[in-house]
Amino acid sequence: MSDRNIRLKVRVWRQNGPNDKGRFENHELAEISQGISFLEMLDLLNRQLTLAGIEPVAFDSDCREGICGSCSMIINGMAHGPQKGTTACQLHMRHFEDGATITIEPWRAKAFPVIKDLVVDRAAFDRIQQAGGYISVRTGSAPDANAIPIGKEAADAAFDAAACIGCGACVAACPNASAMLFVSAKISQFAHLPQGQPERWRRVQRMVAQMDEEKFGACTNVGECEAACPKEISVRNIALLNRDYLLARFMKEPV
Amino acid sequence: MSLKSHVPEGAIQEKWTKHQFDLKLVNPANKRKFEIIVVGTGLAGGSAAASLAELGYKVKSFCIQDSPRRAHSIAAQGGINAAKNYANDGDSVWRLFYDTVKGGDYRSREANVYRLAEISTAIIDQCVAQGVPFAREYGGLLDNRSFGGAQVSRTFYARGQTGQQLLLGCYSALMRQVDLGAVDLYPRTEMLDLIVIDGQARGIVTRNLVTGKMDVHIGDAVVLATGGYGRVFYLSTNGQGSNVTAAWRAHKRGAYMANPCFTQIHPTCIPVHGEHQSKLTLMSESLRNDGRVWVPKEKGDKRAPGQIPENERDYYLERRYPSFGNLVPRDVASRAAKQACDEGRGVGETGLAVYLDFADAIKRVGEDAIRGKYGNLFHMYEKITGENPYKTPMRIYPAVHYTMGGLWVDYNLMSNLPGLFVLGEANFSDHGANRLGASALMQGLADGYFVVPYTIGGYLATAKIAPADATHAAAQEALGGSKERIAKLLGVRGKKTVDELHRELGLVMWNRCGMARNAEGLDKALGEIPRIREEFWKNVNVQGSGDDLNQTLELAGRVADFLEFAETMVIDARERNESCGGHFREESQTEENEARRDDEKYSYVAAWEYKGVGERPALHKEDLTFENVKLTQRSYK
Ligand SMILES: Cc1cc2nc3c(=O)[nH]c(=O)nc-3n(C[C@H](O)[C@H](O)[C@H](O)COP(=O)(O)OP(=O)(O)OC[C@H]3O[C@@H](n4cnc5c(N)ncnc54)[C@H](O)[C@@H]3O)c2cc1C
Ligand code: FES
Repeated sequence: MSDRNIRLKVRVWRQNGPNDKGRFENHELAEISQGISFLEMLDLLNRQLTLAGIEPVAFDSDCREGICGSCSMIINGMAHGPQKGTTACQLHMRHFEDGATITIEPWRAKAFPVIKDLVVDRAAFDRIQQAGGYISVRTGSAPDANAIPIGKEAADAAFDAAACIGCGACVAACPNASAMLFVSAKISQFAHLPQGQPERWRRVQRMVAQMDEEKFGACTNVGECEAACPKEISVRNIALLNRDYLLARFMKEPV
Repeated sequence: MSLKSHVPEGAIQEKWTKHQFDLKLVNPANKRKFEIIVVGTGLAGGSAAASLAELGYKVKSFCIQDSPRRAHSIAAQGGINAAKNYANDGDSVWRLFYDTVKGGDYRSREANVYRLAEISTAIIDQCVAQGVPFAREYGGLLDNRSFGGAQVSRTFYARGQTGQQLLLGCYSALMRQVDLGAVDLYPRTEMLDLIVIDGQARGIVTRNLVTGKMDVHIGDAVVLATGGYGRVFYLSTNGQGSNVTAAWRAHKRGAYMANPCFTQIHPTCIPVHGEHQSKLTLMSESLRNDGRVWVPKEKGDKRAPGQIPENERDYYLERRYPSFGNLVPRDVASRAAKQACDEGRGVGETGLAVYLDFADAIKRVGEDAIRGKYGNLFHMYEKITGENPYKTPMRIYPAVHYTMGGLWVDYNLMSNLPGLFVLGEANFSDHGANRLGASALMQGLADGYFVVPYTIGGYLATAKIAPADATHAAAQEALGGSKERIAKLLGVRGKKTVDELHRELGLVMWNRCGMARNAEGLDKALGEIPRIREEFWKNVNVQGSGDDLNQTLELAGRVADFLEFAETMVIDARERNESCGGHFREESQTEENEARRDDEKYSYVAAWEYKGVGERPALHKEDLTFENVKLTQRSYK
């Protein structure tokens, strides 16, 4: 495929730390090859800024292949931009027209304070995971891996949930800034596996409690999370979480 | 200093068991008095931190990403090896051991490799118990596939996201220890120096990447699991944050750097497409299970792939290596692709690509079955190239992927610097001159879950460690040095971006010290690298300050270290006048253009001692002896 060069106007959010009010800054980019990725476009913007003596725009990225969950930005009002099932780092410039204006903002949620420009603090997710998002197994104490057969369907369902990359797009897309899709994906992965059963009821209560403590909003079944998720994690996981949570409360399982 | 590998006596099958028994133990009540600093939260560091904390040690865990879960191990696609022999196809610990030593072209330490193969089976058990959703068959048992360099199916996988699933398992074990109060987490924190007190590794200097605050952490031992240095080539399949800084700083403090020229160029990556590219994307080697590699028979054949009839295609791997076919090891496959392109038979706009064709597999098992196995990879390919690989063959080309070299360690995974343990891709130990596919994940987890928890105890139980804290002169000196360097980087305000200079270095490394190397080119590189380094310190432009998040500043520090490290890497490549594994010296090849080893002269590990920036490092040799595997010219025909 031969790729054309396009011109772009970029409206990008700048903010110096959580207490700064922040503002949009406008820049123009002259020759952007449509073959490059969105983050490579930002690299070029940053190069231009640096050479003009302006501090570059801070944004997170590492793998640049859609798996680490580092990249996180709202592009033209959409978490990770317009392509379905695609992280910002996998979005390519061929999806933008010559002369287009692109607006770029950080995730906006109370639980994700802005650190700088497009970089936010997602440590709340780690803390939710610490609240029981694991199976307690000491190193070296595991039985043979084939000792417990797991039907392909259960294994596949667990995998579908486990594919979550923890980027936070679900929170950013949700009008209530709820973290239900993220939390339910973890709950669901373990709920589908025999290994996850012993701690199942305790886990769901603890993780939900931590989620509430982190000031994520409530889930009102809007469904924007699933639409924005770059890994297309299903809202069916949320239904499973709700059911497990109710059951756990009903059983009065100690937390 | 003489290099002692501390490989235990006895038959290879008994060494590890015996060694575990011989290692002195730390009394459980005393464990909590020891503090261990673990740098890195990938498979190696994450598993080590979690397991050490489980044992009762106090652990501090550091990483540069915002969460431990984002370490670059997350990006591994294809799978993890283990000698389970679930496929009943003749696998065994011995065969995995043998394949790995042979695959590494006889440049690894036998005893370490045997231990790795031995431990491999426990890793799979551990991961399954943690809830890692490996692929399964309809009967509910675990599924396996084949990988390059092996004729058995021993690779466990979780779709094309094996690294992600293993790392999330490991991360959950780590989070459990944080929950229990046994691990303190320091994300977005970069190690900038190693602190050595009385000849022992005792701590690190760190910079909080959000606030810019520099700190000293002192403990009883330091574990480095900071990954590989592939980004010295600028373009690679590694993450943007991958670096050599932690290892290089340790090297500058006395730790030897072993076989730095052993780098792996992976055969199946999406080709380079322009000058602003920031990374190359791997297409997992597992694709070679079903994809057939070919180029046109005729030079300069510009027809679309579909228009080239069967008899005008050269399936060169199948032709040259009939018994392994498309599943030859990576170094062999990469070189063969380069040769085809050098002959003018490369495809695509740049002529630097070959086809990986799934048409036959799709005909045989149907598109759905192929989607089930590789769906996410095909999807990724389409996103990047805009082409549909179900309809037209993928175009691929080799790219820098993995580094076999790294800090020298003994059998206990301890560096020549006492108290410094090095795990995972950051050490040099198990893969010789070429790593087999699906063996890095295995090694990282073996090191972290099952080796270091024992060997570190042996060290702590016997070492005499004097009390020290952050006020110690050595700690303050290291802290002061790191602060000065930050100020220096910010002070240049020159005319070139960090990226530009990094790219220049990368090009030199790729052209001179990449897939094929020769004395003349390497000598040229030894002139070019110092020039770029000099220019860097005169002309680099880092905006912003050191008092808050400054990603350019972070990168600048890492590139500055690459610019020093690169020279040692080239010196190592120049010194080794033989071809072995991924290190192909054009002067040393067979008539059929295969690598020609020189066991008489080069059957050793080259461990380099730092002597100053731009100074030639001193070479120490660890001789490799093979008692269990017979050295042969590797053949995959
Ligand atoms: C795209 C890709 C696909 C791969 N696929 C496979 C596969 O299918 N099978 C296989 O076996 N292998 C595969 N590999 C190789 C394998 O993934 C890696 O070798 C392995 O995961 C490395 O693990 P690690 O724990 O040593 O390091 P990493 O996972 O790279 O972790 C390094 C850690 O160190 C931290 N760190 C680094 N520097 C510093 C510093 N200065 N201060 C503080 N922290 C620091 C980082 O934050 C990170 O936490 C693949 C590699 C790539 C790039
Ligand atoms: S950078 Fe890793 S998912 Fe985008």
